[in-house]
Amino acid sequence: MCADKKLKGLSRELMALRVANELEDGSYVNLGIGIPTLVSDWIEGRDIILQAEVGMLNTGPLATQDRVEQDLINASCQPVTELPGSCYFSECESFAMIRGGYMDTAVLGALQVSEKGDLAGWQNPERGLPEDIGNIGGSMDLAVGARKVIVAMMHVTNEGEPKIRTECTYPLTASGVVTLIVTDLAVISVTPRGLVLEEVAPGVTAEDVQSVTEPRLIISQDLAEIRL
Amino acid sequence: MDKVYPSVDEAVADIPDGASIAIAGFFTAGTPVPLIRALVRQGAKDLTVICMQMGPGNEDINHLVANKQVKKAICNYPFYRSASRGASSPTEMAVRAGELEMEVFPMGTFIEKLRAAGAGIAAFYTPTGVGTVVETGKEKRKFGDREYLLEEALKPDYAFVYAYKSDRMGNLVCHKTARNYTPEMAAAGKITIAAVESIVEPGQLDGDAVHVPGVYVQRVVKVDRPAYFPSID
Repeated sequence: MCADKKLKGLSRELMALRVANELEDGSYVNLGIGIPTLVSDWIEGRDIILQAEVGMLNTGPLATQDRVEQDLINASCQPVTELPGSCYFSECESFAMIRGGYMDTAVLGALQVSEKGDLAGWQNPERGLPEDIGNIGGSMDLAVGARKVIVAMMHVTNEGEPKIRTECTYPLTASGVVTLIVTDLAVISVTPRGLVLEEVAPGVTAEDVQSVTEPRLIISQDLAEIRL
Repeated sequence: MDKVYPSVDEAVADIPDGASIAIAGFFTAGTPVPLIRALVRQGAKDLTVICMQMGPGNEDINHLVANKQVKKAICNYPFYRSASRGASSPTEMAVRAGELEMEVFPMGTFIEKLRAAGAGIAAFYTPTGVGTVVETGKEKRKFGDREYLLEEALKPDYAFVYAYKSDRMGNLVCHKTARNYTPEMAAAGKITIAAVESIVEPGQLDGDAVHVPGVYVQRVVKVDRPAYFPSID
């Protein structure tokens, strides 16, 4: 299944920009660890409220060295800043609002996504830990609680293996929750008919994307270059 | 009513072998580090610790493991993200060697189990974890068109929490994202010990600004803010 050539796609920063374009003004959004965190760099000035699982709404940009506060971090443990209208609450309330359906969108990283929208992201079996333990964190609650789940991830593993699979082989975070996949090579929507290839990175063809994707892709009639 | 203890060592002195202890803190923020250090000095063994992480952002909890005091850990994000850093952490080594029992719950389920314990609720149904390894051995029930898992309350013998300010009666005021697990763990613990940066006389806190009512807090001890540097990799 590995492609003969290594495809050159978008940088992590441009993937984050593509995800940011997907977010709606007036929405509440939670960003997971990894590439999703970078989305915050592209929404400054927009009417989007970021929630941090640690217990904060309207999380501001990362703190510069002279503004670091020990008691002000995001869910990735990075020092952040306040914005006008920021507020704080307990962990319990943070997850009540997540499970309660108040997050319009969650952007999560993933190890694998299946063609049915199953998400596997909390445990890589190759690390060799017992199969029922690992860093679940807030991922399972976000995956079932958010109204829309967008996955932002590299299209293939470091070894070139497809991360978009017919079935996930890694432990699941949640089943049937992902609606949009943004990778360095493509934007793919998860539909009842199957995975629809909507956009491709500059210089990348639909055939290229299919060559590193396990399930059969449906090519959108409006297939376009990734909209940045 | 005066709940102030003279030192962290006296505040943790009676913790027996085999106790279960919930420890607040989200990575670095709001972790009651001086109480954890006092527990290492105190030396109680066969402990069950209930906390978010076992190392990332908080090395001190690893000292409890390295000191062979922990029998079981109940967590939601126990390990370092980096496999190579994790490989040398006392917690991950103890888990791999089968010397440390561990249970992991989704973060929202983890804190709701503690909330339930503090609120007199025996168990609750949550949609989180359905179709994953988390559902193993749990009752699954359909309400409407959605499936839920039955999760039971988790009641620790002790809770270690952190506050920015308190009065002598144990009313706590937290600060920004350091609030995190403190309110629910304080209510869940049979004996809750609060490490506090500044203790004032009753009447000096704004009653509207109290995050944890004093009824949940049995001991208060003044600590200096521990210096730490965020890193979870």
